Amino acid sequence: MSQRVPLRQIAHARSGDKGNRSNLAIFAYEPEHYEILRQQITAERLKDTFGGVLRGPVKRYELPSLHGLNFVMDQALEGGVNESLNLDGHGKSWSAMVLALEVDLNFSE
Amino acid sequence: MDTQTTYRIGTGAGFSSDRLEPALDLLRHGRLDAIVFECVGERTLAFGHRDRRANPEMGYNPLLERRMRAVLPLARAAGTRIVTNMGVANPRAAARRTVEIAAELGLNGLKVAAVTGDEVSHLIGPGTHLLEPDCPLSETGREMLAANAYLGIDAILPAIEAGADVIITGRVADPSLFLAPLAHHFSWDLDDWSILGAGTAVGHLMECGAQITGGYFADPGHKEVPNLAYVGFPLAEVGADGSAVITKLESSGGLVSQRTVKEQLLYEVHDPGAYLTPDVTADFSRVGLADDGQDRVRVGHADGAVRPDQLKVTIAFDGGLLAEAEVSYAGPGAAERARVAGDIVAERMNNLHQSNGPVRIDLIGVNALHSSAVDYPAMAQDVRLRCAMRASSQTEAETLLWEVEALLCCGPAAGGGYRGHVTPSVMTYSALVDRADVRPELEIFTA
Repeated sequence: MSQRVPLRQIAHARSGDKGNRSNLAIFAYEPEHYEILRQQITAERLKDTFGGVLRGPVKRYELPSLHGLNFVMDQALEGGVNESLNLDGHGKSWSAMVLALEVDLNFSE
Repeated sequence: MDTQTTYRIGTGAGFSSDRLEPALDLLRHGRLDAIVFECVGERTLAFGHRDRRANPEMGYNPLLERRMRAVLPLARAAGTRIVTNMGVANPRAAARRTVEIAAELGLNGLKVAAVTGDEVSHLIGPGTHLLEPDCPLSETGREMLAANAYLGIDAILPAIEAGADVIITGRVADPSLFLAPLAHHFSWDLDDWSILGAGTAVGHLMECGAQITGGYFADPGHKEVPNLAYVGFPLAEVGADGSAVITKLESSGGLVSQRTVKEQLLYEVHDPGAYLTPDVTADFSRVGLADDGQDRVRVGHADGAVRPDQLKVTIAFDGGLLAEAEVSYAGPGAAERARVAGDIVAERMNNLHQSNGPVRIDLIGVNALHSSAVDYPAMAQDVRLRCAMRASSQTEAETLLWEVEALLCCGPAAGGGYRGHVTPSVMTYSALVDRADVRPELEIFTA
């Protein structure tokens, strides 16, 4: 039986920028939830969900000792902080938006 | 940790507009060997060049005057060295101003170093390859204003060796501001990549100030932060092996936890196994964290490999004028009326005024921050229309403001609360230059 919850319930996140590239680190609060992140929050899923603004490739790094994932998203900031007309040119709000994604606590491969 | 061999380094600012009071608390009560004010980003470096263009004696951090007046007496009383990139686009002018302030405060003999050589526009030409947008510079069609290389600890160490009390730089890699005093104190070899990687991890964790002590972290109901209004800035107790305890003053607000440290460890990091600075290719991929008491987290196992042969350069270009104007709608249908209003402004700008630049339309309260990423249902009843464009002339910029204000009478029903402003803008791109071509310089001023 599936048990779907917002990612925000099991993880915290922070995003940062360099030029037109955004990074988004997501950490499980509890070590046992790291595997759920690893299986369900994939680079493909981010690209599918936010494809309108993620105009380049998305790469994922795994950090098992910190129970976290780091996503590097190219061409994700509409030009970057000095070029974008977006109010949030840094992409600071990314980390909060991504926590709305749902994960299934009972799902496993 | 042996206090004799522990170096105590604090953060006095984590970005250009950071708060001042937590820095003063650290200077009063932190028993610091050094304090670092990190005040340059891609955005603020661009602003520095804009300011220096308007006035050759400006271009340094606009808060330098207020910060130095408060900080210099406390730092001298505590015997704390100040390292800062508040020189931004004009370190010499910043150092001269700092010496004047020191003299006014009676701090005779204070030695202030200006570290320059990061301005490398002579190395940049039309054929220089830009990393983003991946083309030769000439294809941007824009006028280059300045180019700044990221300097490393080799630019800062001579100033420490010369006994400077205050070291003011321009563009220096942020972690290097912390690594330089550590490497000097512990006599680390400049080709011991492992120890430089460890020290760089400490610098990286500290460089954003409160972002590791509970700032940029609180999320009510999920991540609680005590007394955030009085959040303290971080203090690192660093050992000779490059490991450290990250903490804060007990009297300050905020918190230091493994969660705050983890978030900051990867902040603005791409490959955690290869974080490039001018000093080292740092490896954060196996960093270990451990609790060491209340608001104390021990950080270890950062590593490093040989430094890159090339230095990153931020190139600033004239970005024209940024014009922004806003007006609000409320009640049922607010989002629909705001959307119609935005379409009208775009229509009038592009077809009536023959404006070339696309007008960006945001509905604040609906989906402004990442409108192209998500499409929320427009249920909001309090919506602010924002129109923005990059204009090529003052007249074009003012025309946008005029058309948004004119919505009050010539747009949809019940719009109010117009505000508009025009800001000169600088755009930046990155490139690489050979390290051997960049020559850091040092000048010492004495109060």
